[in-house]
Amino acid sequence: MRKVIYSRPESLREVRTHYCAGCGHGIVHRLVAELIDELELREKTIAIAPVGCAVLAYNYWNFDTTEAAHGRPLAVATAIKRVQPDKFVFTYQGDGDLAAIGTNETIHAACRGENLTVVFVNNGVYGMTGGQMAPTTVLSQKTTTTALGRESKLHGHPLPLLEMLKVLEGVCYLERRALFSPQEIRKAKDALREAFKNQIEERGFSMVEILSPCPTYTKMTPIDNLKWIEKEIVKTYPLGRVK
Amino acid sequence: MASNRVLISGNEAFGEAAILSGCEFYAGYPITPQNELIQYMSRRMLEENRVFVQAESELASINMVFGASLSGVRSMTSSSSPGISLMQEGISYLAGCELPAVIINVMRGGPGLGNIAPSQADYFQSTRGGGHGDYRTPVLAPSSVAEIFKIIPRAFDIADRYRTPVIVLGDGMLGQMMEPVDKSLFDIEVKEYPKPWALRGCKGREPQLIKSLYLAPEALEELNLRLQGRYREIEREDVSFESSISLEDELVIVAYGSAARIAAGVIRKLKRENLDIGLFRPITLWPYPYKELGEISKKIKRFLVLEMSLPQMFEDVKLSLYSSNAEIDTLSRTGGVIPTEEEVIAKIKSILK
Ligand SMILES: Cc1ncc(C[n+]2csc(CCOP(=O)(O)OP(=O)(O)O)c2C)c(N)n1
Ligand code: SF4
Repeated sequence: MRKVIYSRPESLREVRTHYCAGCGHGIVHRLVAELIDELELREKTIAIAPVGCAVLAYNYWNFDTTEAAHGRPLAVATAIKRVQPDKFVFTYQGDGDLAAIGTNETIHAACRGENLTVVFVNNGVYGMTGGQMAPTTVLSQKTTTTALGRESKLHGHPLPLLEMLKVLEGVCYLERRALFSPQEIRKAKDALREAFKNQIEERGFSMVEILSPCPTYTKMTPIDNLKWIEKEIVKTYPLGRVK
Repeated sequence: MASNRVLISGNEAFGEAAILSGCEFYAGYPITPQNELIQYMSRRMLEENRVFVQAESELASINMVFGASLSGVRSMTSSSSPGISLMQEGISYLAGCELPAVIINVMRGGPGLGNIAPSQADYFQSTRGGGHGDYRTPVLAPSSVAEIFKIIPRAFDIADRYRTPVIVLGDGMLGQMMEPVDKSLFDIEVKEYPKPWALRGCKGREPQLIKSLYLAPEALEELNLRLQGRYREIEREDVSFESSISLEDELVIVAYGSAARIAAGVIRKLKRENLDIGLFRPITLWPYPYKELGEISKKIKRFLVLEMSLPQMFEDVKLSLYSSNAEIDTLSRTGGVIPTEEEVIAKIKSILK
């Protein structure tokens, strides 16, 4: 007898991807979609896509979605959840969105303890606008605006968002994971599951940061990009539960 | 004997009228001279079991309004000039996503931090779009506390009917003055608009999407042309103004909001000197009553535009009168200076001399 062990989740549409080869966004989209199916949330989900490469996330997801101005998803999400507390509301944001232009919205939604889930995809650059430095870019990393590598004196230090949010009373759960191996991807999914469940159980604000490759702007092969995350990036952004 | 009147400030009236109009969500950030409004909402919205959020900034307030509006509930925010500048990002997104919302601007002096005195200097910002892109926002300008109870329900109605953000333009004088109003004004009939487009989860239907991103230029042009079509409809259906003009009038003052109150005082005083002066008061600043004002210039040839901003509305008056040979003068004070009746009277006499 045949048994289906792997198939496209109902929450994921069958469309061609626009992401570059080796990009992490597609993997995270799928993890989110699998969890929404597994937790039977599809019919009560409202997702907020960011600007950035994931602005088209709604092309892939098969549930209600909207888009927010750059950095503002958590303000939008705050109101949706306050007005419709019975819905499952999550934001999907890049490091530029969450940790640069939207730092204010991020910190304050977390501080208020909004019962929301944030999927934070940290690829260390501004992908969509052409690979410029992000707040999360690590020291000595080359980007289109740090041609000789990020230098703390000139460009400031990398921003450890989870560690910053940790001190806030309103925050319930923070975890950092990565996508560099199937085992790690599974752990990322487990972390997302916990973050999703927290919202269902009304436990407050949860964020999962996922270290993700951007082969196009790290100018590495997809495999090298993953290895680099595993060897180097985790030194600045250690994996595991932060809160 | 129980009185049928209540004494209420303009800022509180904005809040109470919104609640009576079915506003389910309010988010705001303190800024003078509209603080009484956010304070009022912080108490009354909770009493009514509705949602109040004190946001961390005006950017957050307007984006919260965005989230509430796409959930299908009536939502509102308020601010004053510098705060409205910050909200322009969100107003443009609301327009692009065809989402209804009401935004109250209790204007103060600018540019920059300016001051906290009453002003009308955000006229261009409000009537010409303000944020980026090809969009317009209907703008309603009450001139008394009582009128706020008529304007706010109408603002929500226009917002829902055309799926557009609507701006209600007041100023520090209107916001902070208290006036007795008749309680019958509280009998507001709320018309419900079905919102099948709202995001409420896809149970029982296909998933829906609310966005303003259209990467193909032709698709974005199509959105913009659809919006323009709606703006033309608003221009046909929703122009409003008040005028008291007779053929004997020597001159017509054109003024809105608080400036129109000053004009009314001037007109009463000049009447005693047997000078007949008319008043034309636009209530919608966009769409502007171009045609109606133009009609008047067939009979009366002298106009004085009175505004608490350097000539801004003056340009709309010129557009209204472009084909007539009327004389148009202006009396404009800026920086929060309120024109006195005496200076307006002196100006009118110098024009008529
Ligand atoms: C107000 C505003 N400023 C700038 C931009 C341009 N912009 C679009 S995406 C982006 C960076 C996104 O980076 P990130 O959030 O890290 O996402 P990624 O593309 O890397 O996935 C910027 C600056 C914008 N859309 N809006
Ligand atoms: S630029 Fe980077 S983040 Fe954007 S799609 Fe390509 S690989 Fe992904």
